[in-house]
Amino acid sequence: MTALLAYTIFGLVTGGAYAVVAGGLVLTYSTSKVFNVGHGAIGMVMAFLYWELAENRGLPQWLALLIVVGVCAPLFGLLIERFVMRRLAGAPIGITLVAGVGVLVGLIGVAQVIWPPQARPVRPFLDQLGVHIGQSFVSGHDLVTLVCAVLVAAGLYLLLNRTRTGLAMRACVDAPELAALYGTRPHRLSAMSWAIGSALAALGGILLTPVVQLDYVTMTLLVITAYTAALVGRLRSLPWTFVGALGLGLVQSYAVAYLPSSQFWISFRAAIPALLLFVVLLAMPQSPLRIGGVRGSRGVAVPTGVATGVGAGLFAGVVVVLALLVDSVVAGQLALALVFGIVLLSMVLLTGYGGVVSLGQFTFVGVGAVTVARLGSTSVFSLLLGALVAAAVGALIALIALRVSGLYLALATLGFAQLMDKLVLQSPIAFGVRGSLQVPRLVESASAQLLVAAGVFALVGAGVLAVRRGRLGRRMIAVKDSSAACATLGMNVRWIRVWVFSLSAAIAGLAGGLFAQLRETVAASDFQLFNNLPLLLFAVIAGVTSVSGAALGGLLLMLLPVLQSGFPALAGVAVVLLGVAAAGLARDPNGLVSWFFRAWSWRRA
Amino acid sequence: MSTLLVEGVTVRFGEVIAVNDVSLSVDVGVTGLIGPNGAGKTTLFDVISGLRRPSAGRVVLDDLDITARGPHQRSRLGVARTFQRLEVFGSLTVWENVVVALESRRRSSRLATGLLERVGIAEFASNQADTVPTGAARLLELARALATDPCLLLLDEPSSGLDRAETDAFGELLRELVGEGRSVVLVEHDMDLVMGYCDQVHVLNLGQLLTSGTPSEIRAHEGVREAYLG
Repeated sequence: MTALLAYTIFGLVTGGAYAVVAGGLVLTYSTSKVFNVGHGAIGMVMAFLYWELAENRGLPQWLALLIVVGVCAPLFGLLIERFVMRRLAGAPIGITLVAGVGVLVGLIGVAQVIWPPQARPVRPFLDQLGVHIGQSFVSGHDLVTLVCAVLVAAGLYLLLNRTRTGLAMRACVDAPELAALYGTRPHRLSAMSWAIGSALAALGGILLTPVVQLDYVTMTLLVITAYTAALVGRLRSLPWTFVGALGLGLVQSYAVAYLPSSQFWISFRAAIPALLLFVVLLAMPQSPLRIGGVRGSRGVAVPTGVATGVGAGLFAGVVVVLALLVDSVVAGQLALALVFGIVLLSMVLLTGYGGVVSLGQFTFVGVGAVTVARLGSTSVFSLLLGALVAAAVGALIALIALRVSGLYLALATLGFAQLMDKLVLQSPIAFGVRGSLQVPRLVESASAQLLVAAGVFALVGAGVLAVRRGRLGRRMIAVKDSSAACATLGMNVRWIRVWVFSLSAAIAGLAGGLFAQLRETVAASDFQLFNNLPLLLFAVIAGVTSVSGAALGGLLLMLLPVLQSGFPALAGVAVVLLGVAAAGLARDPNGLVSWFFRAWSWRRA
Repeated sequence: MSTLLVEGVTVRFGEVIAVNDVSLSVDVGVTGLIGPNGAGKTTLFDVISGLRRPSAGRVVLDDLDITARGPHQRSRLGVARTFQRLEVFGSLTVWENVVVALESRRRSSRLATGLLERVGIAEFASNQADTVPTGAARLLELARALATDPCLLLLDEPSSGLDRAETDAFGELLRELVGEGRSVVLVEHDMDLVMGYCDQVHVLNLGQLLTSGTPSEIRAHEGVREAYLG
């Protein structure tokens, strides 16, 4: 009984910190309609900053807290709102998501440059204080967390319901133009909500540091829990968000207390936020088919069949020459770039043509890799089987997540990626927790690998273009532009989506098999959730609507770790630049390659 | 036998009742559906085409209760519609828009050019659909709906964006469609079009059916004049 009380208190405390973070997320979303994927990353950077001031520079804790939460975080929120998010108001969900991912990846880059990896203990608040309730002990830090949660809840409630500013904020969500006519300034309100939102992310992050270690990725991904809580409130209701956050804290705490401590259950515990995210999303009411307004996007011109053939021929020629010229290290890296290029081709189909933003595409790569690795022999047959298994998983996730679309679908893929990582890829049937698998190579020499990867890339690229020119491609784009019209024309929108998902997953799975045999050793960490974010970022930066964009993106993806190992500081800067570039380019989904195309057609003109 | 029966349909959005216990029938010919803005016309179209489930009531097509069926199933039974707020596939060309509709019903894509000529927008065939003028986009939605070879065609303000000559041509097209045995329901604010081409007119006001009758009966109706015609 006392144990139950102790775990309940612990759950409420963690839940309180989640609630602070989630409250900030809901506030920014409901006033600017931009879902900030980078919310957790803001909390992470600010927690590091707090460590710098309070632990490294020796400032009093309260002063450090005040500087970070009261000054730095709001200023940072203002900057992001002014230079990134304001330009994105009313933009499609894929674009705002990518901008958020850009912020996230950029912030992680910043943190890695300023604070290189090392252990950074953070003292809890009021550690000499504490209360005994029965036999369980509530520390001063716990009390501070609970008090903060209550204050934030009350403050947000008063702000939104009892002040003119709050009323104006709520009006701006529904009709910013109208609200502007009545004298409010939507930009100023949006800026304010970002300032408060960032401050709350910082506060939540700092409160959680004694619970989770100060770590770039762990803290950034902590936000999954905040997403789940915010989704309980349907991204609008603050009270329900708080209920959701407390509930999550309790579930996690009880899971630590009462679930068995075998390996599977340890993984299961780590997967609880993602699992709940999934459950909450599936319990959401079905999103209605959106009606209203012409949506069109201008892709890069789709080459004809003949042009595709000529392009593939040229590409093959270049690769053969390269394979003859370069040494085996470079050849291996180019092969890897092309394998990444194939993964990006799967996103051209899904995101570029189908308009579905997936934050879990790398998971399908992992499924393909595991399949090939477990088969133990590499052949064309096992590569195809890997693609098939990935396609089946893709169809499954599409069927489960059919109810939701847009942002919710993207979050569902995020939850899915986390679940697959913790429960499948890290399980003994796949890689095991820290295990890895050996995979025999299909062909031995690096230049032969390059030729194989190039051959598959050319085939898949031509295939993707053929799909675009054909019946399925037209349908996919029609569904993206207006699913309501598609339904009234007799198309089963859901089945088209299942097709697109599984076809795209098959391509990613094929790339996974190639990846595994190229690397020879693969582990679950190669396919963890976090790898999906650079993938989406590079897809958009290079161009997610064209085959050439996929090739360029693959090259960039391959170069990033090379840069990171050679020049760590430079790599940090590169990541920041990438984040900024993505946020800037997000308006133009055709990416960098479309600039080349434009420059080219200008020269010819 | 009526093509379409709407029986006691009610649609609630939370507290607001957008359509309140409306019953009406549609026969082969042109049926007008008129009423002031907010009367529930488009909501009723959404219910008939399956995009919105009614809170109460039934929709019956050719003696078959289709209330529980999804929009794509209704399309296969012969229901097609256009949208008041345009829903063309903006990333595709005008020609591709019609081809998508033809393919979804397993009809030959060679019919597309003929359909575009029929509604009079063949000149735009290779333009991207979000670049054409509003009037042409409305006619494109009509061509796309016709590509499914419907028996019941729901047109939501098709003439807005058309000039006088184009509206007259559109009226003639309506006559042709009826001649082919189709039922057309027209939500329209152009009273010349409604009075000139409809066989039957239903008047909605504040979500309720005010009256039904021939154009001349509607013109003479006191309540309609007060609520709408002024």
